Amino acid sequence: MENLVAWILRAIPFGTIIMFGGMGETLTEKSGNLNLGVPGIMYLGGFAGFASAYFYETSTPNPVPALCVVIALLSCVGAAMLGGLIFSFLTITLRANQNVTGLALTIFGQGVANFFGVRILDGATYSAAPVTYSAFSAKLPGVTEHFGLFGRLVLNYGFLVYAAVILAVALHFFFKRTRTGLNLRAVGESPATADAAGVHVIRYKYLATCIGAGISGIGGLYYVLDYSQGIWATTGQMEALGWLAVALVIFTTWKPLNAIWGAYLFGMLYWLYMFLPDVLGIHVASYMTDLIQMVPYVVTILVLIVASFRKKKENQPPASLGLSYFREER
Amino acid sequence: MENAIELRHVTKTFGRVTANRDVSLELKKGEILSLLGENGSGKTTLMNMIAGIYYPDEGEIFVNGRRVEIRSPKDAYNLGIAMIHQHFKLVDVFTALENIALGLDKKEKYDLAAIRKRAGEICEKYRFDLDLNQKVYEMSVSQKQTLEIVKALFRGADILILDEPTAVLTPQETEKLFDVLRNMRKDSKSVVLITHKLHEVLEISNRVAILRKGEYVGTVETKDATESLLTEMMVGQKVELNIHRSQPENPRKRLEIRGLTVYSREGVKVLDDISFDVYSGEILGIAGVSGNGQKELLEAIAGLQGTAENSSITFYGDDAKMQLIGMTPRKIRDAGIHLSFVPEDRLGMGLVGSMGMIDNMMLKSYDSGKSFLADRKGPRELAEKVKEELGVVTPGVNTPVSRLSGGNVQKVLVGREIAADPIVLMTAYAVRGLDIHTSYTIYHLLNEQKEKGVAVIYVGEDLDVLLDLCDRIFVLCGGKGNGMLDGRTATKEQVGLLMTNLKNGGGES
Repeated sequence: MENLVAWILRAIPFGTIIMFGGMGETLTEKSGNLNLGVPGIMYLGGFAGFASAYFYETSTPNPVPALCVVIALLSCVGAAMLGGLIFSFLTITLRANQNVTGLALTIFGQGVANFFGVRILDGATYSAAPVTYSAFSAKLPGVTEHFGLFGRLVLNYGFLVYAAVILAVALHFFFKRTRTGLNLRAVGESPATADAAGVHVIRYKYLATCIGAGISGIGGLYYVLDYSQGIWATTGQMEALGWLAVALVIFTTWKPLNAIWGAYLFGMLYWLYMFLPDVLGIHVASYMTDLIQMVPYVVTILVLIVASFRKKKENQPPASLGLSYFREER
Repeated sequence: MENAIELRHVTKTFGRVTANRDVSLELKKGEILSLLGENGSGKTTLMNMIAGIYYPDEGEIFVNGRRVEIRSPKDAYNLGIAMIHQHFKLVDVFTALENIALGLDKKEKYDLAAIRKRAGEICEKYRFDLDLNQKVYEMSVSQKQTLEIVKALFRGADILILDEPTAVLTPQETEKLFDVLRNMRKDSKSVVLITHKLHEVLEISNRVAILRKGEYVGTVETKDATESLLTEMMVGQKVELNIHRSQPENPRKRLEIRGLTVYSREGVKVLDDISFDVYSGEILGIAGVSGNGQKELLEAIAGLQGTAENSSITFYGDDAKMQLIGMTPRKIRDAGIHLSFVPEDRLGMGLVGSMGMIDNMMLKSYDSGKSFLADRKGPRELAEKVKEELGVVTPGVNTPVSRLSGGNVQKVLVGREIAADPIVLMTAYAVRGLDIHTSYTIYHLLNEQKEKGVAVIYVGEDLDVLLDLCDRIFVLCGGKGNGMLDGRTATKEQVGLLMTNLKNGGGES
């Protein structure tokens, strides 16, 4: 039982990272833009958030925690949206190939983060922003004592975990119940139709891609400032998370509500290797752990296969995903 | 009567191609105006400028007597202009209702219940048959078209432009559409009907405007118009509108189809125990409502379709007979059975859009010859020959075929198959979307083949043409053979009845 609790306690924060990444990408893809730059954008967001908080902490003797949060969030979203803007300009205005642009953005984001990261590290193996970390991971006081297991499992996280869930519900509502959501879905399904109906296709694509990138970036921020305990080190870990976020979008069949349980399931599966022996009594050799960490991807492929068997149009990606739109094309 | 739309000296060019030159045209209130012209005569381009898809290079547009700038479809909507395109502008995964709600004015509250009520009232008023909760991808072509019109009316359109609306409809559906259009005319709305079907023009419109090669030729009152006058204005010369049908000469049995049954990938029986014979020197027509197994039938003969047990297709060549079931498409083709399939999407099967005429000719001959390098000389000569003989309008034989107009694409496709000297030639919807002039060119081509002793199978939609062209007509209904008629004595009503009502037993051998 204790082991199961520990497992869930690991899975939920992990899921939150890819949930942000995945929800941002879902918003982007609903506009018909396939942004494969999610890992790069998470790097940009995570690094910008960390760097700004780090400089603020080191430049003032008594940093205010709330201010740390605001500064980190603003610079994170700003940097990530900038990444989305680069992607939008290249693919929407210049109509560059989306796959290539996205992959380039992934490399670019990782490069930028590590290039400037080296300057912050300045020879050390890692640098930290402890005040910001404690602000991001602050929990409600006394929940574990007063609410028992429920408190430990559900109320025991930093505020971004709950923000992610609220955002998922909000996105669902946005897609299904608002005029803007309907127009956005139309843009992703059939831009010519949306255009003929008077929807400003280009504006929708730009906004969805930039805001989507901003949301994805928060995933990177949460990874650095909460999950990794406010420590910046030059590792490639975030890239793997970015790809998992892209896989999560497919796994959820482009539905934000599915992202809530899907992301946590991915978290459970990702940490499966650690808890297999204790929870399920299965012992695996250490060289097998990488294989077991593949499980989320395998599950994603299975979902793709099942979805294609069922042939339900609602479970398919937006019909014009990955295509550029040009009104006067003949 | 006041003019709903007036165009003055409108010109539009795409690169070096002039789509419309100095066109002046008017549409009156409460009338149905037919816009008639051959393929590539600039009908759709002209209307697209009114609908805000294109912006004219020169000229002025007046709506209700006021000079306007239409820069986007939204501007057009605000002026009460709606255009129903050939390719429907609908979102497949949305319901009918959601499609109607798409892009509505932002000032109004987003209230699906209110939209449903208003849309229902419109359906009631003009007698549309539409389920607002149905998803678009579950709809038939005719239902989608209905939805497009309801959508336009919902936005308060007074001027409706329909781009070849009947090209994909059955005769019954066309009648229904025309009834609706008449209801709209009564309601003093203006309708532009882009078409090249003369009998429709004469049936429904008040006036006919004619375009030729991007230029305006003139407008005639429908009551003063005749088919030959309109054709002459449209083509610029007199055209023989009769299909010459010769008696088949020494017919020989070429194909013997017995008990042909085909299941679709979903396990549905699409062809059920079909039996008939095909003779040389005749045109065998296949009639049926679209989607009743025509495609599968031709594909089964061409070896592209798996067949159920006990199906038999025997081919009688000049010296030997051969069972076609189980043969590869390649062997069947080499035996002289050619399929020139023209599906809904002309470029989908048979031609590669981004390749030129030469390369498309090569698709059928790339592996002939001994050298390991492909032979380009033969295909080049063939391409030049097809271009010359069928009058394909193209800047050059290397121009990608996707840049050609529909009629020319079809000529390339048919030309290639004919050039291979087939013994059996199958065509499906060979004239779909083609104007009258090009259609007749294709009919003449098929007739020529028949006179050369080729067994021609012609799957068609236009019953008038089927009755004029074919020697025998085989009717499909719900995947079953529903009778074989003599093309010379059968009537349109007879065929129409067999297409929709399955008689007991069915079939003929």
